[in-house]
Amino acid sequence: MISADIVVIGAGPAGLAAAATAAQSGSSVLLVDERSAPGGQIWRGTASRAAASWLARIEAQRVRTSFETAIVDVDAPHGMYGMRGTHPLRIEAGRAVVLATGARELFLPFPGWTLPNVVGVGGAQALLKSGWNVRGRKAVVAGTGPLLLPVAAALARAGARVEAVIEQAPRHAVARFAANLWRTPRRLGEALRYRLSFARTPYITGSWVVHARGDGVVREAVVTDGASERVIGCDILCTAYGLVPAVELPLLFGCALDRERVVVDELQRTSVDGVFCAGEVAGIAGKDAAIVEGTIAGLAATGRITEAKRLVRARSAYADMAARMNEAFALRPELKQVAGDDTVVCRCEDVSLGMIVGCSALREARVLARVGMGPCQGRVCGPALRQIFGWEREGVRPPLLPVTIEALATFGDTATEQT
Amino acid sequence: MIIELTVNGRRIECDGDVSVAAALLNAGISAFRTTQTGEPRAPLCGMGTCFECRVTIDGVSGQRACLVTARDGMNIVTDDQR
Repeated sequence: MISADIVVIGAGPAGLAAAATAAQSGSSVLLVDERSAPGGQIWRGTASRAAASWLARIEAQRVRTSFETAIVDVDAPHGMYGMRGTHPLRIEAGRAVVLATGARELFLPFPGWTLPNVVGVGGAQALLKSGWNVRGRKAVVAGTGPLLLPVAAALARAGARVEAVIEQAPRHAVARFAANLWRTPRRLGEALRYRLSFARTPYITGSWVVHARGDGVVREAVVTDGASERVIGCDILCTAYGLVPAVELPLLFGCALDRERVVVDELQRTSVDGVFCAGEVAGIAGKDAAIVEGTIAGLAATGRITEAKRLVRARSAYADMAARMNEAFALRPELKQVAGDDTVVCRCEDVSLGMIVGCSALREARVLARVGMGPCQGRVCGPALRQIFGWEREGVRPPLLPVTIEALATFGDTATEQT
Repeated sequence: MIIELTVNGRRIECDGDVSVAAALLNAGISAFRTTQTGEPRAPLCGMGTCFECRVTIDGVSGQRACLVTARDGMNIVTDDQR
Protein backbone atom coordinates (compact mmCIF):
# COMPACT_ATOMS: atom_id res chain seq x y z
CA MET A 1 0.00 0.00 0.00
CA ILE A 2 1.13 3.57 -0.68
CA SER A 3 -0.30 6.31 1.46
CA ALA A 4 0.14 10.06 1.57
CA ASP A 5 -1.72 13.02 3.06
CA ILE A 6 -2.69 14.20 -0.39
CA VAL A 7 -3.02 11.98 -3.43
CA VAL A 8 -3.15 13.66 -6.83
CA ILE A 9 -4.39 11.66 -9.82
CA GLY A 10 -3.15 12.96 -13.17
CA ALA A 11 0.22 14.62 -13.79
CA GLY A 12 -0.77 17.21 -16.39
CA PRO A 13 -0.65 20.96 -15.67
CA ALA A 14 -3.46 20.85 -13.07
CA GLY A 15 -2.09 17.80 -11.26
CA LEU A 16 1.50 19.07 -11.23
CA ALA A 17 0.38 22.43 -9.84
CA ALA A 18 -1.80 20.76 -7.21
CA ALA A 19 0.95 18.37 -6.12
CA ALA A 20 3.71 21.00 -5.96
CA THR A 21 1.47 23.45 -4.11
CA ALA A 22 0.17 20.91 -1.60
CA ALA A 23 3.71 19.70 -0.87
CA GLN A 24 4.83 23.26 -0.04
CA SER A 25 2.85 23.14 3.18
CA GLY A 26 4.77 20.11 4.39
CA SER A 27 2.09 17.54 3.58
CA SER A 28 3.21 14.27 2.06
CA VAL A 29 2.03 14.12 -1.54
CA LEU A 30 1.72 11.26 -4.01
CA LEU A 31 1.29 12.02 -7.72
CA VAL A 32 -0.13 9.25 -9.90
CA ASP A 33 -0.34 9.05 -13.68
CA GLU A 34 -1.15 6.44 -16.26
CA ARG A 35 1.71 7.45 -18.52
CA SER A 36 5.39 6.75 -17.93
CA ALA A 37 6.30 10.43 -17.47
CA PRO A 38 4.67 13.57 -16.09
CA GLY A 39 3.33 16.44 -18.19
CA GLY A 40 -0.05 15.14 -19.31
CA GLN A 41 -1.03 15.28 -22.95
CA ILE A 42 -0.18 18.94 -23.40
CA TRP A 43 3.33 18.90 -21.99
CA ARG A 44 4.37 15.41 -23.02
CA GLY A 45 7.74 15.35 -24.67
CA THR A 46 8.02 19.14 -24.81
CA ALA A 47 10.76 21.41 -23.62
CA SER A 48 8.25 24.01 -22.43
CA ARG A 49 9.69 26.32 -19.79
CA ALA A 50 6.49 26.23 -17.74
CA ALA A 51 6.53 22.44 -17.74
CA ALA A 52 10.19 22.36 -16.69
CA SER A 53 9.59 24.72 -13.78
CA TRP A 54 6.67 22.64 -12.43
CA LEU A 55 8.67 19.44 -12.80
CA ALA A 56 11.55 21.05 -10.90
CA ARG A 57 9.15 22.03 -8.13
CA ILE A 58 7.77 18.49 -7.93
CA GLU A 59 11.31 17.21 -7.48
CA ALA A 60 12.36 19.91 -5.01
CA GLN A 61 9.26 19.37 -2.87
CA ARG A 62 9.91 15.64 -2.75
CA VAL A 63 6.57 14.71 -4.21
CA ARG A 64 6.42 10.95 -4.54
CA THR A 65 5.30 9.64 -7.90
CA SER A 66 3.74 6.47 -9.25
CA PHE A 67 3.75 6.43 -13.04
CA GLU A 68 2.31 3.83 -15.42
CA THR A 69 -0.35 3.51 -12.74
CA ALA A 70 -4.03 3.48 -13.63
CA ILE A 71 -6.73 3.83 -10.98
CA VAL A 72 -9.44 1.24 -11.50
CA ASP A 73 -11.56 1.38 -8.34
CA VAL A 74 -12.16 3.49 -5.25
CA ASP A 75 -12.83 2.63 -1.67
CA ALA A 76 -14.44 5.01 0.82
CA PRO A 77 -13.52 7.55 1.84
CA HIS A 78 -10.17 8.23 0.07
CA GLY A 79 -8.76 4.87 -0.90
CA MET A 80 -8.13 3.64 -4.41
CA TYR A 81 -7.10 0.51 -6.23
CA GLY A 82 -4.72 0.85 -9.12
CA MET A 83 -2.73 -1.20 -11.56
CA ARG A 84 0.95 -0.52 -12.16
CA GLY A 85 1.55 -2.61 -15.22
CA THR A 86 0.24 -5.99 -14.13
CA HIS A 87 0.65 -5.33 -10.41
CA PRO A 88 -2.37 -4.41 -8.31
CA LEU A 89 -1.77 -1.56 -5.92
CA ARG A 90 -3.66 0.07 -3.08
CA ILE A 91 -3.38 3.83 -2.60
CA GLU A 92 -4.72 5.75 0.36
CA ALA A 93 -5.03 9.48 0.95
CA GLY A 94 -4.99 10.53 4.58
CA ARG A 95 -6.47 13.94 4.02
CA ALA A 96 -7.67 14.65 0.49
CA VAL A 97 -7.69 13.50 -3.10
CA VAL A 98 -7.18 15.85 -6.05
CA LEU A 99 -8.52 14.43 -9.31
CA ALA A 100 -6.91 16.04 -12.36
CA THR A 101 -7.83 13.42 -14.93
CA GLY A 102 -8.04 15.88 -17.83
CA ALA A 103 -10.01 15.42 -20.99
CA ARG A 104 -10.14 13.34 -24.10
CA GLU A 105 -11.19 14.01 -27.67
CA LEU A 106 -14.75 13.94 -28.92
CA PHE A 107 -14.98 11.67 -31.95
CA LEU A 108 -18.06 11.83 -34.17
CA PRO A 109 -18.41 8.74 -36.33
CA PHE A 110 -18.47 9.05 -40.13
CA PRO A 111 -18.21 6.42 -42.87
CA GLY A 112 -14.61 5.21 -42.98
CA TRP A 113 -13.50 6.57 -39.60
CA THR A 114 -12.37 3.10 -38.52
CA LEU A 115 -9.72 2.93 -41.25
CA PRO A 116 -6.11 2.79 -40.05
CA ASN A 117 -4.42 6.22 -40.13
CA VAL A 118 -7.66 7.99 -39.31
CA VAL A 119 -6.64 9.42 -35.95
CA GLY A 120 -7.70 12.15 -33.57
CA VAL A 121 -6.36 15.69 -33.82
CA GLY A 122 -4.86 15.59 -30.33
CA GLY A 123 -4.32 11.92 -31.14
CA ALA A 124 -2.03 12.80 -34.03
CA GLN A 125 -0.14 15.19 -31.78
CA ALA A 126 0.20 12.55 -29.07
CA LEU A 127 1.48 9.98 -31.56
CA LEU A 128 3.90 12.52 -33.06
CA LYS A 129 5.26 13.38 -29.63
CA SER A 130 5.76 9.69 -28.94
CA GLY A 131 7.85 9.25 -32.07
CA TRP A 132 5.50 8.65 -35.01
CA ASN A 133 7.38 9.31 -38.25
CA VAL A 134 5.15 11.14 -40.74
CA ARG A 135 7.86 12.44 -43.09
CA GLY A 136 6.61 12.70 -46.66
CA ARG A 137 3.04 11.68 -45.76
CA LYS A 138 0.03 13.64 -46.92
CA ALA A 139 -2.13 14.73 -44.01
CA VAL A 140 -5.54 16.36 -43.64
CA VAL A 141 -6.43 17.97 -40.31
CA ALA A 142 -10.16 18.36 -39.74
CA GLY A 143 -12.42 19.15 -36.84
CA THR A 144 -12.85 22.29 -34.80
CA GLY A 145 -11.18 24.79 -32.55
CA PRO A 146 -7.75 26.31 -32.02
CA LEU A 147 -6.09 22.88 -31.60
CA LEU A 148 -6.20 22.33 -35.38
CA LEU A 149 -3.45 24.92 -35.87
CA PRO A 150 -0.69 23.58 -33.61
CA VAL A 151 -1.37 20.05 -34.82
CA ALA A 152 -1.13 21.07 -38.49
CA ALA A 153 2.05 22.98 -37.61
CA ALA A 154 3.51 19.98 -35.78
CA LEU A 155 2.76 17.68 -38.73
CA ALA A 156 4.38 20.15 -41.14
CA ARG A 157 7.43 20.46 -38.88
CA ALA A 158 7.72 16.68 -38.77
CA GLY A 159 7.92 16.60 -42.54
CA ALA A 160 4.32 15.78 -43.49
CA ARG A 161 2.59 17.56 -46.35
CA VAL A 162 -0.49 19.11 -44.80
CA GLU A 163 -3.01 19.15 -47.67
CA ALA A 164 -5.79 21.03 -45.91
CA VAL A 165 -7.02 22.19 -42.53
CA ILE A 166 -10.80 21.82 -42.34
CA GLU A 167 -12.72 23.78 -39.67
CA GLN A 168 -16.42 23.04 -39.19
CA ALA A 169 -17.23 26.44 -37.67
CA PRO A 170 -18.41 29.06 -40.16
CA ARG A 171 -15.96 31.70 -41.37
CA HIS A 172 -17.65 34.58 -39.53
CA ALA A 173 -17.46 32.77 -36.16
CA VAL A 174 -13.77 31.96 -36.63
CA ALA A 175 -13.08 35.54 -37.75
CA ARG A 176 -14.82 36.97 -34.69
CA PHE A 177 -12.88 34.64 -32.40
CA ALA A 178 -9.59 35.56 -34.11
CA ALA A 179 -10.42 39.28 -33.91
CA ASN A 180 -10.82 38.88 -30.15
CA LEU A 181 -7.36 37.40 -29.76
CA TRP A 182 -5.82 40.88 -29.44
CA ARG A 183 -6.98 40.71 -25.82
CA THR A 184 -4.48 37.90 -25.29
CA PRO A 185 -1.43 38.88 -27.38
CA ARG A 186 0.48 35.74 -26.49
CA ARG A 187 -2.23 33.58 -28.01
CA LEU A 188 -2.45 35.78 -31.07
CA GLY A 189 1.29 35.40 -31.60
CA GLU A 190 1.02 31.63 -31.20
CA ALA A 191 -1.83 31.41 -33.70
CA LEU A 192 0.08 33.45 -36.30
CA ARG A 193 3.24 31.45 -35.82
CA TYR A 194 1.36 28.16 -36.24
CA ARG A 195 -0.46 29.43 -39.31
CA LEU A 196 2.79 30.55 -40.95
CA SER A 197 4.35 27.13 -40.50
CA PHE A 198 1.85 25.66 -42.95
CA ALA A 199 1.27 28.86 -44.91
CA ARG A 200 0.71 27.16 -48.28
CA THR A 201 -2.00 24.89 -46.89
CA PRO A 202 -5.62 26.01 -47.32
CA TYR A 203 -7.52 26.65 -44.08
CA ILE A 204 -11.11 25.92 -45.05
CA THR A 205 -13.89 27.03 -42.71
CA GLY A 206 -17.54 25.93 -42.68
CA SER A 207 -16.58 22.44 -43.87
CA TRP A 208 -16.37 18.97 -42.43
CA VAL A 209 -15.39 15.41 -43.35
CA VAL A 210 -18.29 13.19 -44.43
CA HIS A 211 -16.39 10.14 -45.63
CA ALA A 212 -12.96 8.53 -45.55
CA ARG A 213 -12.04 5.95 -48.16
CA GLY A 214 -9.12 3.59 -48.43
CA ASP A 215 -7.83 0.09 -48.95
CA GLY A 216 -6.60 -1.08 -45.56
CA VAL A 217 -5.45 2.46 -44.73
CA VAL A 218 -7.03 5.82 -45.48
CA ARG A 219 -6.39 7.17 -49.00
CA GLU A 220 -8.79 10.07 -49.33
CA ALA A 221 -11.13 12.28 -47.35
CA VAL A 222 -14.42 13.55 -48.70
CA VAL A 223 -15.15 17.03 -47.39
CA THR A 224 -18.34 19.06 -47.72
CA ASP A 225 -19.39 22.63 -47.07
CA GLY A 226 -23.03 21.57 -47.09
CA ALA A 227 -23.45 22.42 -50.78
CA SER A 228 -20.68 20.63 -52.63
CA GLU A 229 -18.16 17.91 -51.89
CA ARG A 230 -14.49 17.78 -52.62
CA VAL A 231 -12.10 14.83 -52.40
CA ILE A 232 -8.67 15.33 -50.83
CA GLY A 233 -6.06 12.61 -51.14
CA CYS A 234 -4.25 11.79 -47.86
CA ASP A 235 -2.35 9.06 -46.03
CA ILE A 236 -3.28 10.45 -42.63
CA LEU A 237 -6.63 11.97 -41.65
CA CYS A 238 -6.68 13.68 -38.27
CA THR A 239 -10.15 14.47 -37.08
CA ALA A 240 -11.96 15.15 -33.80
CA TYR A 241 -14.41 17.71 -32.49
CA GLY A 242 -12.94 19.21 -29.37
CA LEU A 243 -12.57 17.78 -25.89
CA VAL A 244 -14.78 16.12 -23.30
CA PRO A 245 -13.84 15.90 -19.61
CA ALA A 246 -12.63 12.48 -18.40
CA VAL A 247 -15.09 12.13 -15.51
CA GLU A 248 -15.09 8.37 -14.83
CA LEU A 249 -12.92 8.48 -11.71
CA PRO A 250 -14.74 11.46 -10.12
CA LEU A 251 -18.03 9.66 -10.83
CA LEU A 252 -16.74 6.57 -9.07
CA PHE A 253 -15.98 8.76 -6.04
CA GLY A 254 -19.59 9.97 -6.25
CA CYS A 255 -18.87 13.53 -7.43
CA ALA A 256 -21.82 15.39 -8.93
CA LEU A 257 -21.69 16.35 -12.61
CA ASP A 258 -23.30 19.14 -14.55
CA ARG A 259 -23.32 18.85 -18.34
CA GLU A 260 -20.57 16.22 -18.20
CA ARG A 261 -18.25 18.37 -16.08
CA VAL A 262 -17.50 17.77 -12.42
CA VAL A 263 -19.20 20.43 -10.31
CA VAL A 264 -16.67 22.34 -8.19
CA ASP A 265 -16.92 25.39 -5.98
CA GLU A 266 -14.47 28.31 -6.07
CA LEU A 267 -11.98 26.26 -4.04
CA GLN A 268 -12.22 23.32 -6.48
CA ARG A 269 -14.15 21.24 -3.91
CA THR A 270 -16.49 18.64 -5.42
CA SER A 271 -19.75 17.46 -3.88
CA VAL A 272 -17.77 14.77 -2.02
CA ASP A 273 -15.92 15.71 1.16
CA GLY A 274 -12.14 15.72 0.70
CA VAL A 275 -12.32 15.17 -3.06
CA PHE A 276 -11.12 18.08 -5.25
CA CYS A 277 -11.12 18.37 -9.01
CA ALA A 278 -8.88 20.64 -11.08
CA GLY A 279 -8.26 21.22 -14.77
CA GLU A 280 -10.25 20.07 -17.79
CA VAL A 281 -12.20 17.47 -15.82
CA ALA A 282 -14.07 20.37 -14.22
CA GLY A 283 -14.62 22.16 -17.56
CA ILE A 284 -12.55 22.64 -20.71
CA ALA A 285 -10.66 25.91 -20.28
CA GLY A 286 -7.06 25.23 -21.33
CA LYS A 287 -3.75 24.74 -19.56
CA ASP A 288 -3.39 28.19 -17.99
CA ALA A 289 -6.75 27.81 -16.25
CA ALA A 290 -5.76 24.27 -15.27
CA ILE A 291 -2.59 25.52 -13.55
CA VAL A 292 -4.54 28.06 -11.50
CA GLU A 293 -7.19 25.49 -10.61
CA GLY A 294 -4.52 22.98 -9.60
CA THR A 295 -2.83 25.60 -7.43
CA ILE A 296 -6.15 26.47 -5.76
CA ALA A 297 -6.87 22.78 -5.16
CA GLY A 298 -3.39 22.22 -3.71
CA LEU A 299 -3.83 25.14 -1.33
CA ALA A 300 -7.39 24.32 -0.34
CA ALA A 301 -6.63 20.62 0.16
CA THR A 302 -3.95 21.58 2.70
CA GLY A 303 -6.11 24.10 4.52
CA ARG A 304 -4.57 27.29 3.09
CA ILE A 305 -7.95 28.79 2.32
CA THR A 306 -6.98 32.48 2.42
CA GLU A 307 -4.20 31.97 -0.12
CA ALA A 308 -6.49 29.86 -2.29
CA LYS A 309 -9.17 32.54 -2.30
CA ARG A 310 -6.68 35.09 -3.59
CA LEU A 311 -6.44 33.11 -6.83
CA VAL A 312 -10.15 32.84 -7.47
CA ARG A 313 -10.24 36.02 -9.54
CA ALA A 314 -7.34 34.86 -11.72
CA ARG A 315 -9.30 31.70 -12.37
CA SER A 316 -12.45 33.48 -13.47
CA ALA A 317 -10.51 35.52 -16.05
CA TYR A 318 -9.92 32.32 -18.02
CA ALA A 319 -13.62 31.51 -18.03
CA ASP A 320 -14.23 34.36 -20.53
CA MET A 321 -11.78 32.93 -23.03
CA ALA A 322 -13.32 29.47 -22.66
CA ALA A 323 -16.82 30.86 -23.18
CA ARG A 324 -15.76 32.73 -26.34
CA MET A 325 -14.17 29.58 -27.65
CA ASN A 326 -17.24 27.43 -27.00
CA GLU A 327 -19.42 29.94 -28.76
CA ALA A 328 -17.20 30.30 -31.82
CA PHE A 329 -16.63 26.58 -32.27
CA ALA A 330 -20.10 25.28 -31.38
CA LEU A 331 -20.75 22.06 -33.29
CA ARG A 332 -23.00 22.41 -36.32
CA PRO A 333 -26.10 20.17 -36.36
CA GLU A 334 -25.13 18.58 -39.69
CA LEU A 335 -22.37 16.67 -37.88
CA LYS A 336 -25.03 14.53 -36.21
CA GLN A 337 -26.17 13.33 -39.63
CA VAL A 338 -22.80 12.23 -40.98
CA ALA A 339 -22.90 8.64 -39.70
CA GLY A 340 -24.97 6.32 -41.89
CA ASP A 341 -26.75 3.09 -40.91
CA ASP A 342 -23.62 1.09 -41.82
CA THR A 343 -21.23 3.35 -39.89
CA VAL A 344 -19.66 1.71 -36.85
CA VAL A 345 -20.39 3.77 -33.76
CA CYS A 346 -19.09 1.44 -31.02
CA ARG A 347 -15.67 0.45 -32.32
CA CYS A 348 -14.93 -2.09 -29.58
CA GLU A 349 -18.07 -4.14 -30.15
CA ASP A 350 -18.51 -3.42 -33.87
CA VAL A 351 -21.98 -1.91 -33.49
CA SER A 352 -23.26 0.14 -36.41
CA LEU A 353 -25.66 3.04 -36.12
CA GLY A 354 -28.42 1.12 -37.90
CA MET A 355 -28.40 -1.53 -35.13
CA ILE A 356 -29.37 0.96 -32.43
CA VAL A 357 -31.21 3.70 -34.27
CA GLY A 358 -34.57 2.68 -32.78
CA CYS A 359 -33.32 2.71 -29.17
CA SER A 360 -34.42 5.40 -26.76
CA ALA A 361 -31.47 5.43 -24.37
CA LEU A 362 -27.89 4.24 -23.96
CA ARG A 363 -29.02 1.46 -21.65
CA GLU A 364 -31.31 0.02 -24.29
CA ALA A 365 -28.55 0.17 -26.90
CA ARG A 366 -26.20 -1.57 -24.49
CA VAL A 367 -28.63 -4.37 -23.64
CA LEU A 368 -29.65 -4.81 -27.27
CA ALA A 369 -26.35 -4.49 -29.08
CA ARG A 370 -23.50 -4.35 -26.50
CA VAL A 371 -22.80 -0.66 -27.14
CA GLY A 372 -20.09 0.54 -24.76
CA MET A 373 -19.30 -2.92 -23.36
CA GLY A 374 -15.87 -3.35 -24.92
CA PRO A 375 -12.46 -2.47 -23.50
CA CYS A 376 -12.88 1.31 -23.83
CA GLN A 377 -16.03 1.09 -21.71
CA GLY A 378 -17.96 3.58 -23.80
CA ARG A 379 -15.35 6.33 -23.58
CA VAL A 380 -15.42 6.80 -27.36
CA CYS A 381 -19.01 5.93 -28.32
CA GLY A 382 -20.67 7.41 -25.21
CA PRO A 383 -19.87 11.07 -25.95
CA ALA A 384 -20.60 10.49 -29.67
CA LEU A 385 -24.05 9.04 -28.95
CA ARG A 386 -24.71 11.87 -26.55
CA GLN A 387 -24.12 14.27 -29.46
CA ILE A 388 -26.08 12.25 -32.03
CA PHE A 389 -29.09 11.18 -29.96
CA GLY A 390 -28.82 13.27 -26.80
CA TRP A 391 -28.44 10.09 -24.74
CA GLU A 392 -27.29 10.74 -21.18
CA ARG A 393 -24.51 8.62 -19.72
CA GLU A 394 -25.27 5.69 -17.48
CA GLY A 395 -23.44 5.43 -14.18
CA VAL A 396 -19.89 4.19 -14.08
CA ARG A 397 -18.89 0.82 -12.74
CA PRO A 398 -15.56 -0.53 -11.52
CA PRO A 399 -13.13 -1.65 -12.67
CA LEU A 400 -12.60 1.47 -14.78
CA LEU A 401 -10.21 -0.41 -17.07
CA PRO A 402 -9.91 -4.06 -18.01
CA VAL A 403 -7.96 -5.93 -15.30
CA THR A 404 -7.23 -9.59 -14.82
CA ILE A 405 -9.41 -11.66 -12.49
CA GLU A 406 -6.23 -12.35 -10.56
CA ALA A 407 -5.70 -8.64 -9.87
CA LEU A 408 -9.37 -8.04 -9.17
CA ALA A 409 -9.32 -10.77 -6.54
CA THR A 410 -6.68 -8.90 -4.53
CA PHE A 411 -8.78 -5.73 -4.30
CA GLY A 412 -10.27 -5.36 -0.87
CA ASP A 413 -8.08 -8.14 0.44
CA THR A 414 -5.31 -6.44 2.41
CA ALA A 415 -3.44 -9.70 3.01
CA THR A 416 -2.43 -10.02 -0.64
CA GLU A 417 -1.75 -6.39 -1.43
CA GLN A 418 1.41 -5.59 -3.27
CA THR A 419 3.22 -2.31 -3.42
CA MET B 1 19.86 5.19 -28.61
CA ILE B 2 18.68 2.53 -31.04
CA ILE B 3 16.93 -0.47 -29.52
CA GLU B 4 15.63 -3.70 -30.97
CA LEU B 5 12.12 -5.12 -30.69
CA THR B 6 10.55 -8.30 -31.95
CA VAL B 7 7.21 -7.65 -33.63
CA ASN B 8 5.22 -10.69 -34.76
CA GLY B 9 8.49 -12.62 -34.87
CA ARG B 10 10.28 -9.98 -36.97
CA ARG B 11 13.16 -7.89 -35.60
CA ILE B 12 12.78 -4.15 -35.90
CA GLU B 13 14.94 -1.28 -34.75
CA CYS B 14 13.63 1.95 -33.27
CA ASP B 15 14.68 4.89 -31.12
CA GLY B 16 14.70 4.12 -27.44
CA ASP B 17 12.27 6.85 -26.42
CA VAL B 18 9.32 6.09 -28.69
CA SER B 19 6.02 4.50 -27.72
CA VAL B 20 5.33 0.96 -28.84
CA ALA B 21 2.50 2.37 -31.00
CA ALA B 22 4.89 4.73 -32.81
CA ALA B 23 7.46 1.96 -33.22
CA LEU B 24 4.88 -0.29 -34.87
CA LEU B 25 3.52 2.45 -37.13
CA ASN B 26 7.05 3.39 -38.16
CA ALA B 27 7.76 -0.28 -38.97
CA GLY B 28 4.91 -0.19 -41.47
CA ILE B 29 2.38 -2.09 -39.38
CA SER B 30 -0.96 -0.57 -40.27
CA ALA B 31 -3.30 -3.08 -38.61
CA PHE B 32 -2.88 -3.50 -34.84
CA ARG B 33 -5.91 -5.74 -34.58
CA THR B 34 -8.63 -7.18 -36.77
CA THR B 35 -12.31 -7.05 -35.88
CA GLN B 36 -14.60 -10.08 -35.91
CA THR B 37 -15.77 -8.96 -39.34
CA GLY B 38 -12.19 -8.82 -40.60
CA GLU B 39 -11.63 -5.06 -40.63
CA PRO B 40 -8.18 -3.75 -39.73
CA ARG B 41 -7.94 -1.31 -36.81
CA ALA B 42 -5.10 0.90 -35.64
CA PRO B 43 -4.49 3.68 -33.09
CA LEU B 44 -7.17 6.37 -32.99
CA CYS B 45 -6.76 8.44 -29.83
CA GLY B 46 -3.03 8.10 -29.14
CA MET B 47 -3.63 8.63 -25.42
CA GLY B 48 -4.99 5.44 -23.93
CA THR B 49 -8.72 5.99 -24.36
CA CYS B 50 -9.81 3.92 -27.35
CA PHE B 51 -7.95 0.62 -26.88
CA GLU B 52 -7.65 0.23 -30.66
CA CYS B 53 -3.85 -0.15 -30.35
CA ARG B 54 -3.94 -3.01 -27.88
CA VAL B 55 -1.21 -5.59 -28.36
CA THR B 56 0.47 -8.38 -26.43
CA ILE B 57 3.78 -7.30 -24.90
CA ASP B 58 6.07 -9.94 -23.42
CA GLY B 59 3.14 -12.30 -23.04
CA VAL B 60 0.76 -9.82 -21.39
CA SER B 61 -2.24 -9.21 -23.62
CA GLY B 62 -4.42 -6.11 -23.86
CA GLN B 63 -1.59 -3.58 -23.44
CA ARG B 64 -2.22 -0.17 -24.93
CA ALA B 65 0.73 0.34 -27.27
CA CYS B 66 0.34 4.13 -27.14
CA LEU B 67 0.96 4.21 -23.37
CA VAL B 68 3.98 1.90 -23.25
CA THR B 69 7.50 3.14 -23.99
CA ALA B 70 9.45 0.74 -26.17
CA ARG B 71 12.25 -1.06 -24.33
CA ASP B 72 15.11 -3.10 -25.77
CA GLY B 73 14.22 -6.74 -26.26
CA MET B 74 10.46 -6.34 -25.99
CA ASN B 75 8.47 -9.04 -27.72
CA ILE B 76 5.31 -7.62 -29.26
CA VAL B 77 2.50 -9.51 -30.92
CA THR B 78 -0.27 -7.54 -32.58
CA ASP B 79 -3.75 -8.69 -31.75
CA ASP B 80 -4.47 -9.92 -35.27
CA GLN B 81 -1.44 -12.25 -35.20
CA ARG B 82 -2.35 -14.06 -31.99
